[in-house]
Amino acid sequence: MEKNSSLKLAQVKKSRKYEDEVHVFGRIWMICAFFMMMSIPFMISVYYDAWPGFAPVFKGLLGVAPIFWTVAVIEIITYTPMLGSGGSYLGFVTGNLTNLKVPCALYAMENAQVKQGTLEGEVISTIAIATSSIVTTIIIAVGVLMLTPLTPILNSEMLKPAFDNILPALFGGLAVVYVSKNWKIAISPLLFMIVLFLLVPSLASSVSVLVPVGSLIAIGMARLLYNKGLLNTDKS
Amino acid sequence: MKFDLNSGFMYALAAIIVVFVIAQSLFFMLKAIKQAKAMGFDKKVIMRTIKTSAVFTIAPALSILLGVISLSKFLGLPLPWIRLSILGAITYELTAAASAASSLGVSVTQQITDPHVFSTIVWVMTIGIIPSVVLIPLFLKKIQRGIVKVKDKDNEWGELFITAIFLGMISAFLGVVFADVRSGIQGFIPIFVLLASAVIMIICGLLMKKYKLRWLQDYALPFSILGAMGFAIVITNWIG
Repeated sequence: MEKNSSLKLAQVKKSRKYEDEVHVFGRIWMICAFFMMMSIPFMISVYYDAWPGFAPVFKGLLGVAPIFWTVAVIEIITYTPMLGSGGSYLGFVTGNLTNLKVPCALYAMENAQVKQGTLEGEVISTIAIATSSIVTTIIIAVGVLMLTPLTPILNSEMLKPAFDNILPALFGGLAVVYVSKNWKIAISPLLFMIVLFLLVPSLASSVSVLVPVGSLIAIGMARLLYNKGLLNTDKS
Repeated sequence: MKFDLNSGFMYALAAIIVVFVIAQSLFFMLKAIKQAKAMGFDKKVIMRTIKTSAVFTIAPALSILLGVISLSKFLGLPLPWIRLSILGAITYELTAAASAASSLGVSVTQQITDPHVFSTIVWVMTIGIIPSVVLIPLFLKKIQRGIVKVKDKDNEWGELFITAIFLGMISAFLGVVFADVRSGIQGFIPIFVLLASAVIMIICGLLMKKYKLRWLQDYALPFSILGAMGFAIVITNWIG
């Protein structure tokens, strides 16, 4: 018994060590990413000797910053609990979260039968996001180098509907996996969103801002059902 | 210095970004694999995760490549390549570039020839996307500690809490396909595509259960995505 508990304690210590290390290295990589990203406009301005005026940059930012900075905060709050620390440090540098990294990580955790928000989930999520980032980077790089033969194919009228509909194609399959398992929690935010978009179609362009609204409804519903003992989590 | 959107200098910048992203990904991957082994994960599970994630990535990555190509018409090739390789997303990049261009009274329909316009666009795109890189190092540890606290208090609720956040997100992206239904039958195409993807997933699930096809589980989602994308071509031609 005593041996068992000391073993467990050693394991906990080891996992703490991993998490702490992830935060240290994650921050270092992130700070490097920050300076690298900022150095790109800097180097372009120096190289072409073309510094932009403050006013046009400010005006340009005014058109995007209020909405995209809000989205950034929302994405951090919603995605980091699912992705875990390592996955977040990586995913928030390599980007394309909604349309690629988040579904990829969730699907990998589902297949490995580990839960989001656990150390097991964190490790699998990190491996999935790293793989996805490497494959994406290679595909884009190869694509850019082979642009001449590829452009007419990718840009063809025939394939256009396929790429126009990549998000419904992705979320349809994903919904079957998750909504069927948690339909009691999912039904109310889902109905809310469908009615909302039917009534106010123009909201489609700011769907990211509505994600936390959906999450809050889902959390509220989950709490209600949980308190009433209507959710049998072991079964799901 | 002669201004060229596709200069060797711009390609060199893109190459640096590619190396950085791959280096960071490899670093975290190796660290996670080491930890997974220490935790007693089966090697097969790790390999399967890598394989499945790679296959899953192909279709969305091609659509990102398409984004690079469409932006290249006006920004040249290297800049969209850089922007979509590091913390980018096509919806954001296009809006940011258009907003910066319009502040200078330039349209986004033809290639940029003025270096000042170009550098303005690059600055706006970069500053507009930078907050995550600043906020994550500052707050991620605190957010994760908060989650651990919720879970320590009540583990079952903690897990439900994270599931609920995700279901909220999925609801928003499922709901949004209904936004265009008023534009006539064509507005229903995204709904049909969504349903096609769901049906393929269900068929995969049934086949998995009936014939115990374990391998299918790993590829069911990529199949659903590709199948539904193919279906989108068929139905658009049929309706349109």
